[in-house]
Amino acid sequence: MHEFLRMLPFGVSAWLFVVGLYGIVTSRHLVHLIMCLVVVQTSTYLLLLGVGFKAGATAPIFVDVPVGTPAVDPVTHALMLTDIVVEATVMALLLALAIQAKEHAGSVDPEELRILRG
Amino acid sequence: MTRRFRNLFFLASAAGFAVFYLWGLHLLPGFGHYPGPYGDVLNALSVYERHATDVITAVNFDYRGFDTLGEEFILFTSVMGANLLLRKQKDDKEEDPPLDLARDRLAPPTSDAVRVAGLALLLPIVVFGIYTVTHGQLTPGGGFQGGVILASAPLIIYLCGDYENFKRITSHVLTEVMEAVGAGGYAVTGLISFIFGYKYLQNFIPLGQTGDVFSGGTIALISALTGLEVAAGIVLLMISFFKQTLVYRKPGEERGDRNA
Amino acid sequence: MLVMQVTILIFVAIAGGAVVFTRNPLNQVMGLSFFGLLLALMFFIFQAPDVAFSQIVVGAVVIPLMVLLTLIKLKTKEQSKKNDA
Repeated sequence: MHEFLRMLPFGVSAWLFVVGLYGIVTSRHLVHLIMCLVVVQTSTYLLLLGVGFKAGATAPIFVDVPVGTPAVDPVTHALMLTDIVVEATVMALLLALAIQAKEHAGSVDPEELRILRG
Repeated sequence: MTRRFRNLFFLASAAGFAVFYLWGLHLLPGFGHYPGPYGDVLNALSVYERHATDVITAVNFDYRGFDTLGEEFILFTSVMGANLLLRKQKDDKEEDPPLDLARDRLAPPTSDAVRVAGLALLLPIVVFGIYTVTHGQLTPGGGFQGGVILASAPLIIYLCGDYENFKRITSHVLTEVMEAVGAGGYAVTGLISFIFGYKYLQNFIPLGQTGDVFSGGTIALISALTGLEVAAGIVLLMISFFKQTLVYRKPGEERGDRNA
Repeated sequence: MLVMQVTILIFVAIAGGAVVFTRNPLNQVMGLSFFGLLLALMFFIFQAPDVAFSQIVVGAVVIPLMVLLTLIKLKTKEQSKKNDA
């Protein structure tokens, strides 16, 4: 049981990575594919969260608590919070590409995007 | 590549990934046993070194400032790319935005409850967004979070009213200028450090009193510029998506509403 | 605290799977929005309030709106193709 808890966030991270990738591989709709990519990206948040967490520690914000109180790693949080906002704009770019794919290839099914084949 | 081969290839890769991942996990310190020195050092020092009580914002805009500059340009570039793809093309025609996009039924008008709740929330959202941007170095928040909160205000207007209302309070040119000022200002702030003989993006503004709104030196400045860029970028994306969906039509594309 | 952490992690795992296995994008975007809110809750529980802030707005407002607008546009194009045929 202890070993299970020790690895749980990393296990969930791996699960989200693999299941999202499975969704991308088997996807029949570009918008579905993009949302699966968001799930894949989430796995990195869980990994970072798991690495930086310290049992029993508070958030690294020393307003109400004095400096020196055990706090979790701020670096991983900084990585995640910028990534979440950047992810949203990258997703907008991908959705715009999906609209253009529909325009030029006539379909949003990745299987039918013959135009991409050499 | 056939579907069957691709699925098999995925299964093999996933199995390989699982093996290596478990192997790597085996040597990783367990969850809750944070090993690294960096987080602890930053937690201990940033209040003294940078007069910022929120260590995350201090890391974001000062210790790791150059990295965040790169991230910000990813944001800038993808907003520009999406805008380029969604722009009005040569054979696009503009049509009046349809009142109702459903074909087989009339959409019910926005209920009064939604309008009242939305309008009542509008001002608090704007105030909270500005608070989040300006108090980033003190409490949870900063340019990225405050920017998205601010960007949600015009969307509330769309939710309560219609596209016309949204169009009236947003300006394509203004958001583009704001975005450029935000992204460019960040890079220029780094250059100003050179004038003082410091390294790129080194903190050159007096650090001020810990706990003050203007504490943290460049942290507060960069946070505000980032807030400007993120808010403008997301509103710009929304303007493009709205125009592409509601206004631009290729020849032959019928009007979206049921009256067509 | 530990119970909350384990519970939210399991919820996130289930919701992530549900997002992928929902094949209809229109249903999927609702799932994705819910998944985003679960993530925000998880960030709060794991002592990351800064991250939770950006996740709430992005997951609940920005992403669903963009996906819905894209789906409407794709549907308009679909209709025009039928009209041509």
